[in-house]
Parts: sequence; structure tokens; C-alpha cells
Amino acid sequence: MAIADALSTMPGTRRSLRDRVALRLEPYLYTAPALILIAAVMLVPLVLGLSYAFRDIQLLNPFSGGFVGLEHFRTLWGDANFFRALRNTLWWTGASVFLQFALGLILALLLDRPFAGRGLVQALVFLPWAVPTFLTGLNWAWMFNPVIGPLPHWLYALGILDAPNNILSDPSLAMWGPIAANVWWGVPFFAITLLAALQAIPRDLYEAAAIDGAGAFRRFSTITLPFLAPTIAITILLRTVWIANFADLIVVMTNGGPADRTQIVASYIFTQAFKALDFGYASAIAVVLLVLLMIYSMLIVLLRQTLLERG
Amino acid sequence: MRVSFLGTVFHRLAILAYLLFALFPLFWLVKVSVTPNDLLYSEGIRLWPSRTSFEHFRFVLENSAFPLFFRNSLIVATSTAVIVTVLASLAGYAFSRFAFRGRAWLVALMLLTQMFPLVMLVAPIFKMLTPLGLTNSLTGLVIVYTAFNVPFATFLMQSFFDGIPKELEEAAKIDGATQFMAFRQIILPLTLPGIAATLGFVFTAAWSELLFALMLISGNAAATFPVGLLSFVSKFSVDFGQMMAAGVLALIPACLFFLLIQRYLVQGLTAGAVKG
Amino acid sequence: MASIDIDNVRKNYGAVPVLHGVDLTIKDGEFIVLVGPSGCGKSTLLRTVAGLEEVSSGEIRIGGARVNERHPKDRDIAMVFQSYALYPHMNVAENMSYSLRLRRAAKERIASAVSNAAGKLGLEPLLERRPKALSGGQRQRVAMGRAIVRQPKAFLFDEPLSNLDARLREQMRAEIKTLHRDLGATSIYVTHDQIEAMTLADRVVAMHGGIVQQVGSPLELYDRPANLFVASFIGSPAMNLLKGTYDASGAEAGIVLPDGTRIALSGPYALQSGTEVTLGIRPEHVVLSPIDGLPARVSLVEPTGFGIILHLSVHDLPLIAFTLDRTRLQSGPTTAIAFPPEHLHLFDGAGNRVVRAN
Repeated sequence: MAIADALSTMPGTRRSLRDRVALRLEPYLYTAPALILIAAVMLVPLVLGLSYAFRDIQLLNPFSGGFVGLEHFRTLWGDANFFRALRNTLWWTGASVFLQFALGLILALLLDRPFAGRGLVQALVFLPWAVPTFLTGLNWAWMFNPVIGPLPHWLYALGILDAPNNILSDPSLAMWGPIAANVWWGVPFFAITLLAALQAIPRDLYEAAAIDGAGAFRRFSTITLPFLAPTIAITILLRTVWIANFADLIVVMTNGGPADRTQIVASYIFTQAFKALDFGYASAIAVVLLVLLMIYSMLIVLLRQTLLERG
Repeated sequence: MRVSFLGTVFHRLAILAYLLFALFPLFWLVKVSVTPNDLLYSEGIRLWPSRTSFEHFRFVLENSAFPLFFRNSLIVATSTAVIVTVLASLAGYAFSRFAFRGRAWLVALMLLTQMFPLVMLVAPIFKMLTPLGLTNSLTGLVIVYTAFNVPFATFLMQSFFDGIPKELEEAAKIDGATQFMAFRQIILPLTLPGIAATLGFVFTAAWSELLFALMLISGNAAATFPVGLLSFVSKFSVDFGQMMAAGVLALIPACLFFLLIQRYLVQGLTAGAVKG
Repeated sequence: MASIDIDNVRKNYGAVPVLHGVDLTIKDGEFIVLVGPSGCGKSTLLRTVAGLEEVSSGEIRIGGARVNERHPKDRDIAMVFQSYALYPHMNVAENMSYSLRLRRAAKERIASAVSNAAGKLGLEPLLERRPKALSGGQRQRVAMGRAIVRQPKAFLFDEPLSNLDARLREQMRAEIKTLHRDLGATSIYVTHDQIEAMTLADRVVAMHGGIVQQVGSPLELYDRPANLFVASFIGSPAMNLLKGTYDASGAEAGIVLPDGTRIALSGPYALQSGTEVTLGIRPEHVVLSPIDGLPARVSLVEPTGFGIILHLSVHDLPLIAFTLDRTRLQSGPTTAIAFPPEHLHLFDGAGNRVVRAN
């Protein structure tokens, strides 16, 4: 103890210096493993992928690898499949996000009201979200199969279909298949997020509004919606990007078919890389998709800025 | 607030309708998997077959490669979950407890990795892993999945650490604990639920991943469940009963982990708010 | 037990200074209360003594030994937090014995220390409970127990009673005082509550803006506040403060208020005639209905049960008086007041106390 006291009365002892360095380094040591991994497995491939977009890289062609400049982008400009995939992406993303959000909001409002067995119901309606996406895709593909699934027969009975056929092989209807699966799988995400936001609204606001004579619809439009608005905005923004990139269901259910009618940009990239093994062209499409998503995000940020300034 | 009787009836009916929508596809999966082959087509769209059997399950477990796929997936998902949770705990702790130079940049970087299309990494990662001998290997998959899941898991763990008051650590230090002892004896036990939730989230994500597994794995030896099931679909004359039995098997671990993380869904989703 | 010396301690957060050179010597066994409004640096000062914050410059000594470079665990001090900071996954006994277990004390010693502390605080029936199953007052007691099992060199308290309701706070205040009398431990106690400061302290340290404003016994601070900050912070209802000009002309010195009213002082002060000053008088020292006083309007009467607070205005200057005389409840719209010279406080333009010249 005496020695320790003597040591520590000397200003700037070595121990304190080492302590100080260790203290400075601590957060970096903790984050380093995660960061190194992210850099090696995400950032390096990202940069590599950007470079592939300007090179001729075909896995099965040993003579490929050369620099081709903007060749891929010129091809892309004349690629009708790509532009169809772009249109399909808008359709796929728009319909999926809208339906997921609408059903998610309704579900959240239903679950916000206390009732007996709410905990169990909540667990059950959120269950689809835990189902692996490949299984979701397969299962819905089976349900749309008239041999084994009930859906074509029901749709026929309701008069929506002329015959109990598989909509996944009908070019004009096929996109509804993956969209249905996506909605089924993705509603819980919206419902959970919105439910959390709903339950954060102070109850006494509703009571005050009721005392002031506001009806149910009035309360919803003047309290619930304004309170939910920020959550709705951020969730929709993020989900839109996520769903635009989400190719699993399409790869599993239709593989882009029939006649490329369900091919979205993300699944087109995967097909080019996985089936055609043309890594250069796949990367070029990926770069275009990345640029489009960045423009989209920037527009959203700008929109938010102008809205904030006006408000 | 008072609610009319009619409103209550409507509310319950709406919930019932959604329950049916959510559960029917799963019910159908189970139903077909227990329908014997001879009834599969004759009673194709009946709600429940007149006779049930577990013959598909028996076949899948005894005469197919699915037990191998199942084992591979279990290895990959478990390893990924454990490694990610360790790395994310460390990084999440740093984000929660330290104010350090470059912190904002690191957070932004991690958010960025959640925004760009992972599918654009399929080709470069394949090219990078091939010379290292990490294609067609479970190790390669674990490395890739770990990197993909670390950012979200870090935000999740950070939110759990944020929920533990700083004073507890300070009290421990004053009681005579070193930084590490305070972490191990005070912080870690209190974060156990958060660790369980992170394990669950990551396990489910790794268990479900399809595109990179398809790209990086060829052949049965290292195939994960999704790859195996999908090749089964395209390879053979469709045997729905067996496929759906395999599907039910794939569902089991995911559902178990869902039960584990169910309570933390809200926290998890609001923490990352970026990933499904 | 040990003395604590705080020597010219400064603390900056980046470019923002929080402590501007604090000097304080705490004697062995003394009970010191740091008091001040939130953001005055009192908690930061406590945390630098604990070792939870590093000082930017200056020296802290415990028992004569410099501790600047020592980790909190090596300073041998105990601390009671505002939030109690009880370990939620340990029961009461485990919470109290954690520090001894970290020091690998013998089992029998731990057991006797815990039962001893539990006995002092009336915690015996609760030893097996988790903090979640305790009331606010019980949690507070466990936090105290955790501190006393250690027999440390000093106790640090960081607003330990602010999370309790008024009655419980009163009760715990008395218990802390009793404990200190029994243990005689050097203690530093941070609070924003002046009643706690007055009742508990051997010496009070009033802080504001990272600077020590006054150090002294509770009554010293109450009777002779060193500056306007201490004058207005200590005491409830607060001291009346009136702006005026010092006037040494005439038979006795006086203060001239803006409206021309002259208030007599007892004897001359060390001031130039015509200096801007602030005059202070505590509400209980305002004399009501003297023989020949200043006319005052009664704008509000607040009975507190114990006494009565009168809100007055004298020539449109607001003023508060406190009296124990219940007949004042029926006082009419006007009354008269006087300021006894011996109870007047005088502060110069910089806000510092001015003393009588002699």
C-alpha cells in the first residue's frame, strides 16, 4: 500500500500513461473485429463489383477479364429485358409496400385494443414473419398450384379466374403470386413497428379529445395519424428500398418467368450472375440499381427537408 | 372509452379474418405433408384428408439427403449466430458506452451496409472466395453471413446496453471491480435476454438465406436446407408430399427461435428499423 | 476513515469548463454537503473524488495520498447513487456483500458485516429479496447498506434522497444523520435541497457555475451569506432583495430605493455614497404593523399551517413576509412594514456581501 501510494504521488507515472492509452484504444478494440469483417466481406466486394461493371468478366470464359469501358452500359441501354425488369420492379415494390402498409396499419389498430387472448393472437399473426423466405415462396407457389393448392379453385369459384389455372404461369397475372407471398410475409413487420408507435401515444390525449367531443374518426385523424406519421414515413422509406432489392421470393416462385414477366432488377442481376455467369454485366446492372436507389433516397431526403422547412 | 357492441363484434371478426390469412398457408403445408400419396390428388383441395400418415416424413428422414441439409444449415446458422452475437456485443457495447472519435462515421457506415442491394455482392464475393477455397464450404457461408448480420445485430445489442444504467457499472467499479469484472458480473447477466434475442434474429436470418447459398454452394455435400429444397423442386418429378414434409422440417427451428425472440420483436425492429 | 483534500481542481468537458479551480479540505469524520442548482458542478466534483471522472488539473488526496491516477476501485470509497444502482440480478444480501466478495474477504467476515449493516438499517427480513421486490425507501436503505458494509475511507452521496417522497425523505434524512453520528465516517453529500444541506451538514459548500461560493456551517450561510447567490439560494421562502443606492449622508447611513423611500441601516458600511447596492432581508425578519412603518398592500395570503406567507407590495416593489401570527390571515388590504436594521444584508454591485465599517 505504501509503495503504491508513493508511486501514485509521482505525477504522470507510467501506469497512468498506459491506462490512458488503453482507455483511448478500448472502443476501437471492441469495434475492430466487426469492422474488419464488414470491410473485407462487404466493402471490398462492393468496390470490386463497381470495377467489374467496366470489365468483361465471364466465369466460363478464361480469356475474359479485360477492361471494356462503358460497353456493358451500352448493352444495357439496348436491353429490353432490363427495362421490363425496371418496370416490374416499380410494380412489385409499389404494390407490395402499399398492401403491406395498409394491412399492417389495420392489424396494428386491431391489436392496439385490449381483448382476451391478445398475447396469443399477437404471436400467431406475427408468425409468418419467422417463416424462412424460401419456404414462404415455395409454400405460396404450391398454394397457387391447382393440383395441390386451393387458391385457383377458390379464385375460380369467386369468378376472378376463368378457369382454375396456376396464375404463376399466366404472364399477365404471374406478378400477383410473389406479391401475395410478400404481403403475407411482410405485414407483421409493418404491424409490429406501427403497434409500437401506437402504444407510445399517451392515452390521456384520446380521453381529452373524447371529452372535447371528438368522435372515433376525428380522434383517429387528429391524434393517431399525426403521431404515427414519422414512423410511417421512415418505415415506408426503408421498406421500399428493402423490397426493391428483395429477389428471394421471385427466384423461388417464378425465376423471373413466365416470359420475364416477373423479373425485377434484383432478380435479373442474380440471374445474370448465377445462370449466365456473366459477372461483368451483372455488376453493371447492379451499379445502375445502386444509382437509382441513391437518387430515390436523395429525393426522399430533399422532400423531407422542404416539408420540414415549410412546417 | 365505451365501444358499441357492434364495434366489438366487427373487431373480433376482423381479427379472426386476419388470423385465418396468417395461419392458413402454414396449415396447408402441414396438411399436405400428412396426406398419404394415394389421396394427394383425389383429395387435393379438401381441408383435411380422410386419412393421415407420416410416410412422407419417414421417407424424407430415411431416404433423402435432407438430414444432411438440415445438419449443414444447423451448423451454419448456429455458428453464424454465435459469432455475430460475440462481435455485435463488443461493438454494441462500444457504441453504447464510449464517445470516441469516428463513432458517427462508423454508425453511418453500418447503416449504409443495410441500404445497398446485397445481391450486387454475389459476383464479387464468389470471385474472392474461390481462390481461398471457401466456395462450396460451410466456413465460407458462415463468414459471409456473419458479415451481413453484424451491423443489424450491433444496433440491436447497443439498444440493450443502452437500457442498462451507467450507474450500475460505476457502482461496481466503486465496489472494487475492474472494467472487465464489471462487464462480466454485472452487465453480461443483465444483457442475457438481449443476447438470446440477437442469437434468435441472426439464427433465423442465416437459416433462411437463399441467394448466396445458391451461388456459393454446388453439390449436396455443403448444401444448406434452402439450396437442397430448391434443387429437389427442380430435379425430381414433383413429389409434393415429400417436399412439404421437408418444408415442415425447415419450419421447426425457425419457429422455435421465433418463440424465443417474440418478446423482443418490437425492440429489435425499432433498434435497427432497417432490416426485415 | 480519512481526510480528503481537493486542491485547485479543474474539469473541462472539451472546451467547456465545469469546475473552475475548486479548493476544499475535508476533515476526518466531517459531514460535508455540496449544494447548488443543477449544473453547478457539485455532482462532477463528487465524481472526480470517486474517480468516475478524471480531473483536468489539480490534485485530490484521500488520507493524504494523491489519488488522481487511481481507479475508483483502488480509492477505498463507497458511493450511494441517486438511482441507487442496485444490481437487479442480485438479492439484497448479495448486493451488500458484492464489494467484500470482490476483495475475497472471509465468508464469516462477509456474513457478520452484512448482518451488522442489515441490523442497523432494519433490512434483516429483506435479505433474500431482489431489488425489484422492494419499495423506494427499502431500496435506498440497501444502497446505504452496500456502502457501510465496506467500512471505507469515505462515503459519497449523490442526491440519494431525490427519488423519495417528502415524508420518506424526512425519515431517511434523520437516519443518515444518526448513521453518521454512530459511524463517524467522512462524508460528502451532494444535494440541490437546501433543507437537506442545512440539517445534515457539519459544513455546507454552496456551489454555482463551477465555483465554490461559500463554505461554512449551515447557520453561517443562513445568517451571513457571502454573496447574492447564497443569499437567494439558501432559505425558503427566499430572501427579499431590493435594489437601491447607498446613502451615507444624514445621522445614520441608509439605502434609498428607486421610489425615494429611505431605509435606515445600523451604522456606516465600507461603501461610497451613491454606490448601487442590493438590500436583502429574510421574510421572517420583516416586521408587520410597526408604529411608524412603510405602507404596504397585501396582494396574497398563503397559510402554510405552521405560519403565514404574505405577498406584499411596497410602492409597487414585490416583497414577501413570513409570520407565525395567525391573526394576519384576516389582515386587510393594506398594512405597514418595517425593516429592522440588525437583520439587513447588503451586497455591492458585484453581488458580494458588504460588512459594516468599524
